[in-house]
Amino acid sequence: MTSDSHLEKILEQGDFAVTSECGPPRGVDPESIRKKGELLKESVDAVNVTDNQTSVVRMSSLSSGVILKQAGIEPVLQMVTRDRNRIAIQSDILGAAALGFNNILCLSGDHQKFGDHATAKNVYDLDSIHLIQTVKQMRDEGKFLGGDELKGVPRLFIGAAANPFADPFDFRVLRLAKKVAAGVQFIQTQCIFNMERFSTWMQQVRDRGLHEKVHILGGVTPMKSVGMANYMKKMVPGMDVPDELIARIKGVDKEKRAEEGIKIAVETIQQLKEIEGVHGVHIMAIEWEEMVPVITEQAGLLPRPEVN
Amino acid sequence: MIVGNQKSLAEIKEIVAPYKNLLILGCGTCVKTCFAGGEDEVATLSSALRLGFKKDGKEILIQELTIERQCEDEFIQEAAENINSNDAVLSLACGAGVQAIAKRFKSVPVMPGLNTTFIGILEKQGLFTEECVGCGDCRLAQFGSVCPIARCSKKLLNGPCGGSKNGSCEVDAETDCAWQLIIDRLKALGQLNNLKAYVQPKDWRSSNAGGPRKLVREDHII
Repeated sequence: MTSDSHLEKILEQGDFAVTSECGPPRGVDPESIRKKGELLKESVDAVNVTDNQTSVVRMSSLSSGVILKQAGIEPVLQMVTRDRNRIAIQSDILGAAALGFNNILCLSGDHQKFGDHATAKNVYDLDSIHLIQTVKQMRDEGKFLGGDELKGVPRLFIGAAANPFADPFDFRVLRLAKKVAAGVQFIQTQCIFNMERFSTWMQQVRDRGLHEKVHILGGVTPMKSVGMANYMKKMVPGMDVPDELIARIKGVDKEKRAEEGIKIAVETIQQLKEIEGVHGVHIMAIEWEEMVPVITEQAGLLPRPEVN
Repeated sequence: MIVGNQKSLAEIKEIVAPYKNLLILGCGTCVKTCFAGGEDEVATLSSALRLGFKKDGKEILIQELTIERQCEDEFIQEAAENINSNDAVLSLACGAGVQAIAKRFKSVPVMPGLNTTFIGILEKQGLFTEECVGCGDCRLAQFGSVCPIARCSKKLLNGPCGGSKNGSCEVDAETDCAWQLIIDRLKALGQLNNLKAYVQPKDWRSSNAGGPRKLVREDHII
């Protein structure tokens, strides 16, 4: 074990892992985080706390994660390289470890153009692969990027994202290989709506033997409505929402469309369970956390396993 | 070249409003090539200002002059008499030119008529593109001569982010994904293996992040 992470233990003992996520509030109320956490608590192994996702200012992922921890939930600290240079990043990694975080997800982050502060200057001193390497070096070599030694190392389980639906497609698996070489231990993928393309990517992952070096958690997002599906198709960077999926939701009565969205998410999970090398799912129920217990129940993922 | 874009007439009018005798000083190199601050632009802007101020009932005497380069003493001295005989200078050079003039003429206000935008090229008629940020440590050989620092919206060094789609950047469909260009070119050159290796975080000391830079050429010091 490289950490005290509950998620790492679940994956290492060979169980199919379930993670979800919680977007911090746009204000100071800790109650909203606790509420989301409570909704997810019994259905998942760990909960990601997002870091100013889509470049919209929110409570920091570090503080929101502490609130989740106080409620007995294991957070995965998302950290983007958009807003901090290597000094601030390493400082926050130390702080996270001191506060008892066990998991970190290394991301580059959405460009500020998509957020509420388009006039901001981004940082990008490091990219997501540098961040993976930074955490690994701090943990395993006990050294800062600058070379000095740490007094006490952060024992963090290292995660990152992968988007099998972005271009250039052939390079996607090479990029995953670079992340693995840098030290990533688990991957949460972009939302999977195009199973065919995901399966092709997984084949490439297996061809390179990467599925034996990293735990892949497939991203699942339930669609609430046709409007949401269209929005994700057109407005969210890096999404691949096939027309057939939108047609399927459109094909049922309006009041039954959310139910259909849940059904599709459950079917996706069942398909993912059958793919060699997929070791879990990451359910992103955007502002619809109350459906995570329903989805996990229907997909046969409950109760969550104990760890030794 | 250094690419610049002329400020709006309204902004220029506001900047030069306090002065009665104004020299509009053009620069005959980069900004001439990008149609922002050469002789022709000096003439057009001068006419527009004269007309604009006349309409406002304000008197202003505008002198026009364009020198080869506002960043070199040899040429700057050609403008000395004109600069000293006016209340102020509106320079149509890049930011370096404006400051070079200001440093050498301490009692004359020197103001910018352009917004200096980037180091770039004329990609096609009417389109200039940024190609270089002058980071002081060129790695183009590694990236198939496409700069990820200047041309990737996130300055990523280890491959494309998850927002690359059909060759476009997630930030703007009109912007090419630099990483798609890097991969395509390295593939064509048979050098795709270049991208397998982990690229270390950049040492920014050679860039502007390390503070204002100086280049000392011992071999040129007399």
